[in-house]
Amino acid sequence: MRMKRVAAVAMAAALSFGMAACGGDSDGESGGSGAKGIVGKAQNQKKLVIGVKADQPGLGLQTGSTYEGFDVEIAKIIAKGLGVEAGSIEWKTTVSANREPFIQQGTVDLVVATYTINDERKQKISFAGPYFIAGQDLLVKADSTLAGPEGLDGKTVCSVTGSTPAKRIQTEHPKAKLQQFDSYSKCLPLLENGQVDAVTTDDIILAGYAAQEQYAGKFKVVGKPFSTEPYGIGLKKDDKDGCEKVNEILKAAASDGSYKAAWDSTLGKSGKAAPELDTTKLTNCGSV
Amino acid sequence: MHVFADQTNLDAYVSGFLWILKLTGASAFFALVLGVLLAAFRVSPVPVLRGVGAAWVNIFRNTPLTLIVLFCYFGLFSTLGLSFSDELDLNNYWLGVVGLSVYTAAFVCEAVRSGINTVPAGQAEAARAIGLTFFQTLRIVILPQAGRAVVAPLGSVLIALCKNATIVGTIGLIEASSVMKDLINSNGDAVIPIFLVFAGTFAALLIPTGYFFGWLANRMAVKR
Repeated sequence: MRMKRVAAVAMAAALSFGMAACGGDSDGESGGSGAKGIVGKAQNQKKLVIGVKADQPGLGLQTGSTYEGFDVEIAKIIAKGLGVEAGSIEWKTTVSANREPFIQQGTVDLVVATYTINDERKQKISFAGPYFIAGQDLLVKADSTLAGPEGLDGKTVCSVTGSTPAKRIQTEHPKAKLQQFDSYSKCLPLLENGQVDAVTTDDIILAGYAAQEQYAGKFKVVGKPFSTEPYGIGLKKDDKDGCEKVNEILKAAASDGSYKAAWDSTLGKSGKAAPELDTTKLTNCGSV
Repeated sequence: MHVFADQTNLDAYVSGFLWILKLTGASAFFALVLGVLLAAFRVSPVPVLRGVGAAWVNIFRNTPLTLIVLFCYFGLFSTLGLSFSDELDLNNYWLGVVGLSVYTAAFVCEAVRSGINTVPAGQAEAARAIGLTFFQTLRIVILPQAGRAVVAPLGSVLIALCKNATIVGTIGLIEASSVMKDLINSNGDAVIPIFLVFAGTFAALLIPTGYFFGWLANRMAVKR
């Protein structure tokens, strides 16, 4: 009996290894007196833990011990608005699968990591933003004539196994050949050598890859997005004050030019002009 | 079991394991041919051939299979332009077969060489005494006896090969382990059943294989 239980625990542990732990709803105590949530924590402790991606050039990329990219700059703007200096931010690497559990368990205070706002996620956490509207697009060679997803029939497209962009190609463009890998970076040498005709995922991620030094000038983003992915800033579900405060900071960043500066110093290098931050589309932070 | 009641999921599961079987079958064939040849190299009187055999075994046995398979894709196919088929899956399949065969051949070679060592030296000397050449000795006297001694070890190599075939998923062939990852990704509520079905299918394929090779080894063994 005992052996059985040990075996079951070992198996469960082995299974959850490498997968997202679907965490519970432990409400960590944040902040001491006065305001609660991230606003309170920023006021009292003068520091924040922010989750970013570590493997997306131009958005969130870890180089040595520092992180750089558009998401990272946005996170710095928000921290500054909350009264936390950039040097006091503790960065944490998140991957797509562990973002909700990290927020729920209080491992991170905020997540700024190409985080698409959707209803399924809204049940677990709340979103401020969106600070950027991305869309699925195609990355092709600079001299390619491919003009959009309609031209994909018989062409080879590269994406990540089981990802939403890959699924969309399979269902909406079944005549396209789909080469799947475990990461987008494996697609780029193939695109360079001409074995695949296009790479597909959110346009902003593609722009980041295209802006990398070793590929500068070789690729272009087609620029006809065929889905809508509003990127938000994830935080705890009950932290309504924090959410509203982040939205205010985003509004201020749009008008004082720091949003544009964040773009220009990162993704702007791909040659794309800074987008307008449409402050009328910001979430209502859960109030009806 | 609602996951496998869905027809598309069931089809993915079946095609995933069909790829595994096809990879195993083709790679086992090429690895056996190549491995026996390498073993002959390693025991040959020609130093250059011995060197080639030893280098092959030491390099490929000590390189992670993932690296070899990735090299087949990004080195042979992507950079050098070696293409087997215009069909995406078939191309990935044959690149995988190349990687698996090259790797497994090193293990087959060492198994066969250990078998050759079980053949008493007197057998080779007697063959030489009646005037057989080196390759005649190997073909008529040594290998038939060596082969019978290594049925069980070759069975283990085959079982390892079948499981190793899942590595080909890293170059985009949607074999069983990729299908499992995908199903778990979209059915987070059924992780344990999905795992048990895939692990169980591998066990159902390989446990009988193990028993078969055990039985065959007993039957074929040269009783000395």
